Parts: sequence; C-alpha cells; structure tokens
Amino acid sequence: MKIELRDPNTIMKLSRLGSFHQSKLSFLRSFLNEFKDWEYKQDLFNLDENGYGEAVYSFKKDKRVYSLVCFANHIKDEERSDRVIATKWDAAFTLHDGVPGKKDIERLKNEVPKQEVGRLSYKELTLSRANKSVRLFNHVTENLSQGLQPDLNLLSKVGYLYRTTAVYGSGKFGLADRFRIKNREEINGPFRLEMMLVYLVRQFTFDQVNHVAFNKNPKKAIKLDEQICKNLGIGNSTGLGMAPFIVNHPTLLNNWILSREIALKKIREIQNVNKKDSELFVDCVKKSLTNITSWNTDSEYQKKKINNLLKDVQKFLKFIENDFDFTREYPFNSIYELLEKQTCEECIEYVVSIMMEPYSEITEPLVKEMSSDEEKYFNIPAHRTVEDLRNIIEKKYPNILKINFEKKENNQNFWFISKNKEEPRLADRFEEHGSELEQPLAIARDIKKLYEILLVSKNSQTVSDFLIKNSNLRHVIRRVFIVEKFPYSEIQDNTIGKNIMPIDMLRLKLSFFGALKFDPRSDKWLRICMFQGAPLPHELKNYDEQWVYKNNI
Amino acid sequence: MKSLSEIETTVKRATKASGYSWGVAEETAKCVRLLEAFGLPGIKDINKYFSERKENSFQNLNLILEKNQPSAKSYCPIILGVSFLDQSKSLEFLKKIELNNVAYPSIFLAFVSRASEIIGKKIHINLDKKEIILNLNLNIYSNIANNEFPSVANHLEISFLENIDNFSEEEWKNLYKLSEDTFVEETESLKQDGAGAGLTDND
Repeated sequence: MKIELRDPNTIMKLSRLGSFHQSKLSFLRSFLNEFKDWEYKQDLFNLDENGYGEAVYSFKKDKRVYSLVCFANHIKDEERSDRVIATKWDAAFTLHDGVPGKKDIERLKNEVPKQEVGRLSYKELTLSRANKSVRLFNHVTENLSQGLQPDLNLLSKVGYLYRTTAVYGSGKFGLADRFRIKNREEINGPFRLEMMLVYLVRQFTFDQVNHVAFNKNPKKAIKLDEQICKNLGIGNSTGLGMAPFIVNHPTLLNNWILSREIALKKIREIQNVNKKDSELFVDCVKKSLTNITSWNTDSEYQKKKINNLLKDVQKFLKFIENDFDFTREYPFNSIYELLEKQTCEECIEYVVSIMMEPYSEITEPLVKEMSSDEEKYFNIPAHRTVEDLRNIIEKKYPNILKINFEKKENNQNFWFISKNKEEPRLADRFEEHGSELEQPLAIARDIKKLYEILLVSKNSQTVSDFLIKNSNLRHVIRRVFIVEKFPYSEIQDNTIGKNIMPIDMLRLKLSFFGALKFDPRSDKWLRICMFQGAPLPHELKNYDEQWVYKNNI
Repeated sequence: MKSLSEIETTVKRATKASGYSWGVAEETAKCVRLLEAFGLPGIKDINKYFSERKENSFQNLNLILEKNQPSAKSYCPIILGVSFLDQSKSLEFLKKIELNNVAYPSIFLAFVSRASEIIGKKIHINLDKKEIILNLNLNIYSNIANNEFPSVANHLEISFLENIDNFSEEEWKNLYKLSEDTFVEETESLKQDGAGAGLTDND
C-alpha cells in the first residue's frame, strides 16, 4: 500500500503545528543518541560554599572536545527575571570548542555573564543563561543538608532546579558561524550543540545543589538521589524571539516537518507489525499518560487542550487495548485514520509521535536530513515566467489566497524588532505606532498581494522583468520558488490576524527541540521542560531509549 | 571579531533602513557577507555608500544593455547588482558589457560573483584598467593593491569567460602520460580473469 505524505495545507496550519509533540526525531533525543559513546568528564568545579564560581564539563571523543564553561553568580532576588530585559542571571554558560585554557576562562568570565552585551569568539559555539527555581533549589539544599531527600510532590510541580531564559548559537554575539563547524559529523543535526549545552547545564545544577547542601552541613548532608536527578530536567522560558525563526528559515522548517511526515508515511505503510513493536507502542502510549496528568499550567487555553488530549488518549488507549487487532494488515494506517476521524489535533500529533518509538531504522536516517544548506536555495530563478510564478502560488497557497486582507481582523497585527532588546515583538497595527517598520513576516498577506498583481501581468513576462516594477515583493517571490521544491517550508496561515496564537509557532519549534509540558504564561510566552527523565551523563552508554515516557515525578 | 551571521543580519536591516525593499536588503546582506568572507571591504564600502546616499542621489539601472551610461549621477551598486543577478542568464549572451560611472564597485562585484555561480562561468572585469576574475563565487582575484577599491569606477568592462581549459593540449598529454605509470600492463591471464564480466555478453 502506498500512503501519500500529508497535505501541507492541513499540516502547516498554525493550530496543527501548535499541537506537535516531541518524538524520536527531536533534537535532544538525537543529541543523546549521537553522543552516547563520548567520554563525559567534570574538568573543573571551583565553587565557593554558596555555590558561586566556575565549573567546566566536557564531552570528548578521539581528538574532539566540547567544553561547557559555567559561571554561577550571586544575584539579588529582585534582579532575577526570566524576561529578556534582565541583565543578571544566577548562572551563565558557554560551550567552548576544545579545552579552554586559563586565559580563555578569564576572558569568558568577563564576557559570558554579560550575555547579549558581552563578546564571544569563534572558539565559542553556544551561549546561555539560567535562573534558579529559587523555591525548589532552596528546598532541595535544605533537605539534603539535613540528610533528607526532597519532597517529590514539590519537585513534580516544577520539574527542574534551573530554567534557561535564552540559548544562543550560530554567530550571535561573536559566536562561531555555523559554516566553521558544519562538516563535523557529530553535529549533523540541527541545534545539536544547543542541546549539548542544556544537557550539561542540567548536570551542573545537580552538582551545584549537592555542593551547597554539603557546605551547609558537611556532617549530615547527603547527595540528591540519582533517580530523582533523572526525573528533573532543565526549564526554559521562551518568548517571541523564537517565532520568526521558523518563517526566516523555510528550507530548514521543511526538512524538520518533511522528516516527520516521511516517518509517519513509512510507518503507515508497514503491512505486518510484529508483536514486540506493537507492544512497545501501546506501552509508550500508556506510560505517557503520566506526562499528561503531571502537565501543570495556569493557562486556560492550554488546560482545555490538555483535557481534550487526556480524554482522547484515554479513549484511544481503551480502543487499542480492547478492540484493536495488531495482526491485521497495515495496523498503523488504520490507527491513523481512526485518529483523524475521532480525535483532536493535539491527540493526532501526540500519537503520531509515539508511533515512531519502535522504529529507529526509520527515524535514524531521517535525523541526518533535518539540517539545511539554505544558501543553495537563496537565488531567485529570475529567468522563469510570471505564469510559472502564478501557477506555483495557486498550487501551493490555496488557503492563503482565500484570506481577505481588506478585513481589519486579518491585518490586525504587525511584527517588529524592539529597539531596546533587538527582539521580535507583535503589536496591534491600529493601536500602536511602528507598523511602518514592520518586519517581513506577514507572508500570507504579501503572497496574496503578489498574486493579485500577477493576475494582471503578462504570462510570458520573465520574473526578472516583473521584479523591476515589483521590488517590494522580492522577498516573497523568493519564497514561492522555495515552496515549489520544499512543500512544508511555509506556514499555511495568517501570521498577522487578530486571532493569531504566537505560542503555536513557539510550540512547533520547541516540540522539535524535544520539550515536554508546554506551560503558556500568556499567548506570547511559555515555559517548558527539557531532558526530564533523560539518562545522566554516566548512564549514556546504555540507556532506555523510551525514557521520555518513563518519568516518575 | 564580528561573525558573518552578525554581518548579514545587520546589513540586511541597514539596507532596509536606507530605503530598499526587504528582498533587495536580503540580497545585499548576502553580498556584503560574501565580500567579508573573501577579505574584501564589504562593511567599509557599504557604510560609505549609505552615508553618501544621504547627501547625493544615485541612478538606478534596471535594464542592463551592452553599453550603459548614466545621465549624470553614478549608478547605485545595489540596484545595478540586483539587475545583473536577475538578468545574468540573458546577459551572458552579450560579448561584453560596458558600464560607466558605477558607485562603490566592490559592492557590485559581489553580485557579479554570485551571477558567475548561477550561469556557471567565470567572469572577467576590467575596472579602470585593473583586472578582476570572479571565479564561480568561490573566490575573487584582483590586482587591485591592498583591496582598495575606488569609490567610483569610471569604466567597467564585463566579459563572460567560456568554459575552456587554461592549459594546452600538449601540457595535458604530458601529464596524462605520467599518470599512466600507475597502470599495470595486462598479461593474457589478467585479461581473462582481472575483470568481473564474462568474455561474451550475449547471454
């Protein structure tokens, strides 16, 4: 049986993209898989009794070394903020390419804690900072120093000791450009070094909390239980900064989604599923319920989504356990068809992710296809014709062409870059000033504008001639030729409408990172948890691949 | 040191802020990034051009012909560059293109370098008697001392180089002959058994 890839006009709608969940293709899981046989080491741990100072952790294989350099600083409670306007953090980190010398550490000590206003060099690959969950950190140190393990109920409500508030890479603030390292086999997957940074930061948080507890009461203090450590991750607070990324990197977005779609297609095409695989699938669905029931949020929007998800997953589980026969032909195709008919978008994508669990032979080759050489597709084939351009638009953007941008609600918002933080923001076009400096992120509106002009242009005219009078549409003409080759490169939705939920864009990206438990704090920012349940560094050589579904707190 | 990514982002924004469209700003950013990667004065010259643009106006050339002479003002290197890029597939059929009075020709060169990759041909430029070779966007050679490009090129001649060898047949033959010294002379038995296929392929 041949299954078609899913239609981009359905999958690339924001509500669907905002229902994506982590899977075996997610970057943090593929990072662990790639680095599982690297040598992990704590190279330096120079903290004072309060946990302030420097530490270095590394991954090494053959002659290659990546070192996380950590700086933990004292800050006042009133200085602690997850917002991008913050200037001080509990800890700051950089991933250094190689072994940092004393001079490097001195240089980094001056620059890394400053974050956006510091300067890094081509020897640094990623940069980040994090704040303590003060409530949890204090509780854990207090208990450990008294010889007690922390309260698991409290841990389960938060899920991490620290949360990062930004992770930067690819040339930001002087960091190494991607081209310098892109041929390294071990990082042939997007955001791999960002994942490494976050993973090593997680270990630092455990070491720091143990160190502080010990110094509080050397005689009585015990270490945080390894099983508890495993069930703690690293939090992340993410705002709009992430949203334009998926618009500005169309071929990369395509490669992420296409990999997921190919995996699903191949799984639906499996004629006979063996018992071991079907049991693993059902087991993961069952165990994953803990992730849903321990998913805490105050957001009414998300609560409603979680409730619907839980209801649908429970119904689905009952069905596959009692009424479904995995020995029938193409069982995963039947499951998928049933999901489409009977469950919400959140549940469809949730189960699609879990379907991948038994099939490393399908997902592993796809992981290698998830990067993109974006430069290759940048040039506009200007020798082609207006007719070509119009045909592509009609074929690739049918839903967008139906949007009426004359209506105020479809043109309500605009994206801009804030002057003080150089970060993307969204504002009401009719209430706020600044729309004349709008960023080119209203792709649907501009595609529609382009189409309307094409309708009254001569078919045989070359794109080169067309561009002479329509230079203002050049950015979307480029995209039309990209979407012709890359079907999942474009969000098939209006990114400036009144009802836009920007967190859908954030969630799409974060699901590919491998985030769990999305907790929207508003429609524009959310908190997540990464690596919760993941093996600790010393366990990497032999770990349970389905750790994501086996979280105990 | 600024990363190329920082350079590209900043140039894109600065170009848009100077009055160009976002699409043209994207092209310009790629070009300045390219110049900087090649060690040529991208940031320096685009900066000077944008400053000068506040005081003086420049002429936009949208349709490039064999001979191009601006009325009085210099040609804008960005619009000229974008036009060259867009029209490169038709321009390559012209034997030679002449342009007079081009402002900040280093910026224009980056666009021509990209065009060289698009059409798959090396491009030769004579810039006020200095020689420049644009090599399929892999590198830019010039005999301009210290890469000090002028703020205006009075006369530019552009020719597309045919894809021909730049060595003689004799030189090639000599080298090929030497390479044959790595081959093994076949005996009758090696002829029979050395290759995988059978002696007849009529099955």
